[in-house]
Amino acid sequence: MLRAKKQTVPFKGTKEQENQLKQVIKELRDEKGCLMPIMQKAQDIYGYLPIEVQKIISDELSVPMEKVYGVATFYAQFNLMPKGDYQISVCLGTACYVKGSGNIFNKIKTTLKIDSGECTPDGKFSLDACRCIGACGLAPVMTVNDEVYGRLTVDEVETILQKYA
Amino acid sequence: MEMVNIKINGVDVQAPQGSTILEAARLANIEIPTLCYLKEINAIGACRICVVEVKGARTLVTACVYPINEGMEIFTNTPKVIESRKKTLQLILSDHDKKCTSCVRSKNCELQKLCHDYGVDDADRFQGVANKFELDDSAAHMVRDNNKCILCRRCVAACEKTQGIGVIGANERGFATFIGSAFDMDLADTACISCGQCIAVCPVGALYEKDNTKEVFDAIADPKKHVIVQTAPAVRAALAEEFGYPVGTDSQGKMFAALRRLGFDKVFDTNFSADLTIMEEGTEFLDRLNNGGKLPLITSCSPGWIRYAEHYFPDFLDNLSSCKSPQQMFGAVAKSYYAEKNNIPKEDIVCVSVMPCTAKKFEIGREDQAANGVPDVDFVLTTRELARMIDRAGLMFDALPDEEADAPLGLGTGAAVIFGATGGVMEAALRTVVEIVTGKEAPSLDFVDVRGIEGVKEATYDVGGTTVKVAVASGTANARKVLEAVRNGEKEYHFIEIMGCPGGCVNGGGQPIQPASVRNFVDIRAERAKVLYEIDKNNPLRKSHENPAVKELYDTYLEKPGSHRAHELLHTKYKARDLYK
Repeated sequence: MLRAKKQTVPFKGTKEQENQLKQVIKELRDEKGCLMPIMQKAQDIYGYLPIEVQKIISDELSVPMEKVYGVATFYAQFNLMPKGDYQISVCLGTACYVKGSGNIFNKIKTTLKIDSGECTPDGKFSLDACRCIGACGLAPVMTVNDEVYGRLTVDEVETILQKYA
Repeated sequence: MEMVNIKINGVDVQAPQGSTILEAARLANIEIPTLCYLKEINAIGACRICVVEVKGARTLVTACVYPINEGMEIFTNTPKVIESRKKTLQLILSDHDKKCTSCVRSKNCELQKLCHDYGVDDADRFQGVANKFELDDSAAHMVRDNNKCILCRRCVAACEKTQGIGVIGANERGFATFIGSAFDMDLADTACISCGQCIAVCPVGALYEKDNTKEVFDAIADPKKHVIVQTAPAVRAALAEEFGYPVGTDSQGKMFAALRRLGFDKVFDTNFSADLTIMEEGTEFLDRLNNGGKLPLITSCSPGWIRYAEHYFPDFLDNLSSCKSPQQMFGAVAKSYYAEKNNIPKEDIVCVSVMPCTAKKFEIGREDQAANGVPDVDFVLTTRELARMIDRAGLMFDALPDEEADAPLGLGTGAAVIFGATGGVMEAALRTVVEIVTGKEAPSLDFVDVRGIEGVKEATYDVGGTTVKVAVASGTANARKVLEAVRNGEKEYHFIEIMGCPGGCVNGGGQPIQPASVRNFVDIRAERAKVLYEIDKNNPLRKSHENPAVKELYDTYLEKPGSHRAHELLHTKYKARDLYK
């Protein structure tokens, strides 16, 4: 059996957001190629595109949800999971990678029990990989929201995460 | 038609304007292979296997979508072309599960054949990382194995465009791309209608029905079991294709002979219960027509269509005939009437059906399909699975004699056999309804307006002074058109026949799989349908109410069509279903 992608964080969309999205769809629906702009707006409204949101888009536009999902997974710009209060970003660019940022990335994954692109169930942390952030001299680098951590070692990871817990 | 002069491999060829290179080459008897392209289904020029050289063109062009123009010079078999196709195949193989010996499509795989044709001597030329996917065996009728998938997207097109459903599509991008459902749901949790059109177009072994051949062999070998088999009309129009015969070969006689030699205790025929369906459904139609019942009445023989209605048009469920499908009616009668008449405990009867259909595998597990406290039907085999059994049993199909089915549940009329083609159920119903109403035979038994492979057909008939408007749709995308027109009040009908697959059961998802090299140039729907209309024409009995076995069933057991007992055994209910679980 396949494991359908599980949403780790419960959906907290409001009626207001739904009305906002439906209004956007109403305005854009007759334009050719309206699916992408609608999805972008939906992400602006909700921050990400969970099944509940894709279902609204699918129902309102009368297109199969798979079509929406196919687009959502094709473009890196769309998020299927919400972002956490603390958005962790580990640089996997060349310089950081050769300095061992892959190990740091894996350490965070096992510590928080989430995969890249996911968010912890309490909504606190989300994890993403990014490419060069222009701090190669500090490699390996990660950021938590706007805070930058450089010359990292695997052992430091837990201490840093505890600061935010 | 305006013709265009071109040269293919140095030979002058005339072809109609607007043709693609692929079509023009075929006129010159040159075959160009296609993997993603499939006529009327998928034309995206993505797989690059059909590339050819065109004089003056900078690169190789894709023959499947490239239109010809005056004076064009095309080369289809230069070393450059052959090398390109070979390399494309090797690149596909670099991320393909190459366990051909245990693959259900071995010997009938379009990729395997092309690798052979293009001399792919090194299947591991481009070795590297390969994707690894879990099988999706959640659905009742089929398995999806993305490890074999070559991303041609024929299945996606068949699901979304031909059937208007779209529960599968391409997810992710680049090397990670795979065909799946929204949020990677199990197929069983989506609004898949089990039609199997995706299987019928798959060039490789990525999509296949759940195989029940072993269970059936085991049942036959069990001396305590009385194993009976029924075959749907459309099976006889296609079975021989599995043994190398051309599309449109009548397999009826050899099919019955093969079933007997496989060891079934009785070889019966769904034609019997198709006639029974007409008696019940015809009566239901007249009842609704005369007593202000819900109209239009819509046929309910096709389980793919039924599931489509339940998921996508729940507001039409009251329009559906309450009649079970012929497959289920057969099982219900076999395990009551036949069992009692022959003193066989119903629990000892194993009812096997051979169907052109994968949705039938879903149907046997539906609620309210066990009229006698035991399942009406125990196992469904597709036409392909029957061919596998024949091979496994070592039966030499070519040498089989022509035989008949057994009485009484093997008797069927010409009206029953045309159930396998779009329009056939409507025609069979009209033959009987007209005669019941007017008391005399219809002026012609051939209701040609409802024949043919068009997706939507309409006709108006005078039935004893009442004007009856009918519509026939096949393929659920066409069904949608008809139903939306009815819903909007644009159209008004009394009776609608809907079959889930385009062209009807002859083109069902369980039928022999014809490769693109055939489907691009032969209309398999029309050729197979011809077989059924020919059998109908040659049957001395062409009206369901003349079926002597059906008459006897009513006289001695069911009393009359629509009776209380008939309702217990032969009718069912439907329920609205969500689009996603």
